[in-house]
Amino acid sequence: MKENRYELNKELAQMLKGGVIMDVTTPEQAKIAEAAGACAVMALERIPADIRAAKGVARMSDPKMIKGIQKAVSIPVMAKCRIGHFTEAQILEAIEIDYIDESEVLSPADDVYHIDKRKFQVPFVCGAKDLGEALRRINEGASMIRTKGEPGTGDIIQAVRHMRMMNREIAKLSSMREDELYQAAKELEVPYELVSYVHIQGKLPVVNFAAGGVATPADAALMMQLGAEGVFVGSGIFKSGDPAKRAAAIVKAVTNFNDAKLIAELSEDLGEAMVGINEKEIELLMAERGK
Amino acid sequence: MVVAILALQGAFIEHEQTLHNMGIETIQIRKKTDLDTPFDGLILPGGESTVMGKLLKELDLFDIIKNKIEDGLPVFGTCAGLILLASHIVDDNTVHFGTLPATVVRNAYGRQLGSFYTEGNVEGLGQIPMKFIRAPYVKSVDDHTKVLSIVDEKIVAIQYKNQLGVAFHPELTDNHQIHQYFIDIINQYTVA
Repeated sequence: MKENRYELNKELAQMLKGGVIMDVTTPEQAKIAEAAGACAVMALERIPADIRAAKGVARMSDPKMIKGIQKAVSIPVMAKCRIGHFTEAQILEAIEIDYIDESEVLSPADDVYHIDKRKFQVPFVCGAKDLGEALRRINEGASMIRTKGEPGTGDIIQAVRHMRMMNREIAKLSSMREDELYQAAKELEVPYELVSYVHIQGKLPVVNFAAGGVATPADAALMMQLGAEGVFVGSGIFKSGDPAKRAAAIVKAVTNFNDAKLIAELSEDLGEAMVGINEKEIELLMAERGK
Repeated sequence: MVVAILALQGAFIEHEQTLHNMGIETIQIRKKTDLDTPFDGLILPGGESTVMGKLLKELDLFDIIKNKIEDGLPVFGTCAGLILLASHIVDDNTVHFGTLPATVVRNAYGRQLGSFYTEGNVEGLGQIPMKFIRAPYVKSVDDHTKVLSIVDEKIVAIQYKNQLGVAFHPELTDNHQIHQYFIDIINQYTVA
């Protein structure tokens, strides 16, 4: 991967900041999402809540279905491949996807190695639940990070936990003496240069979004107040009573995440939220996939 | 001098940092009451024009800003910001502010694989670095709109009186010449 290309890929993520990326399964849903103000859509055959319910192996979506969504909207289109499944990623690159999500929502194809994302021209976003995971994915070539959260649950607790963990570890690195950074790099299992960047800048070298469990405008604003630079909403929209209205409300809550009065208005009459599954009721912890 | 930056979605912080590096004060526009603070110029950043266009209307910012631009407020649009200003968009009936007489093509270089970096000549400034990210370009302009830069036979920077529009992202490079050009427009219009 050429240096320029990686810079351009990180910069596309910068253009998505302050926005909401929505999971969609059909061109019709993609149009609803775009009209509601999504800054990008994630094309997939089944949303995480249904993947969870269906069990079995979850794979990359049918390229034909993804192409249909690419034709339907003008905003960037993302799609998921399995962790470590570099051939699925090659296929997504071949159909000129705008962003690949190497995602724990799908069944992992490799329990040791992630994809060598530096080999690709298209950008990758990866999930992380702490700083070490985030920096390891960035070292492999990811140009955007999101919290893992716990997809398809409508329960925000894990996304909150992952964002707070990342913030805490970044703050810790920032306050270290320089001669302590070598040991920190060893513990995080990442190169010294990335640790040094975080130490000096006090942030990740790429954009960091919240994902996994966002179901309401309040959830989205909570994640933004905790430091997320934007939000992914998966099952939360199209598993709810009034997807268009809920999607539009979440978009506005992300822009004005500090305005409680506005978010109160946005939260009115949204219809039924997705039912959700409590953390304790989850049989499968997707966040534990790919470390 | 205070420059307002539309902060609804996209890369607004990058513009803010560029202006701060130049020693210029900024404010963010996220809601109607933010427009109560006086400002001398407005930046419309890169991001998604569909998102910003929708939020401008729903947050009741659209009419006020459009009137200000028509009354001579200096405005500078980059990438999506250029689309918000343009009077025509190819294959799209949408017009946002429509105050800048020009026809633009959205995602004109294709998907993310078509994004690129180059250097190009800007009238009066010389060679400057340019980053194009899922960028538009200008297909045509009317007689009163000045073409400031052409790269690979495509118009990528234009000015119409108080309005400056560029297809690339000067806020992503260390070169502040385009921002300085906008500050000069502000000075010119404030004095006049």
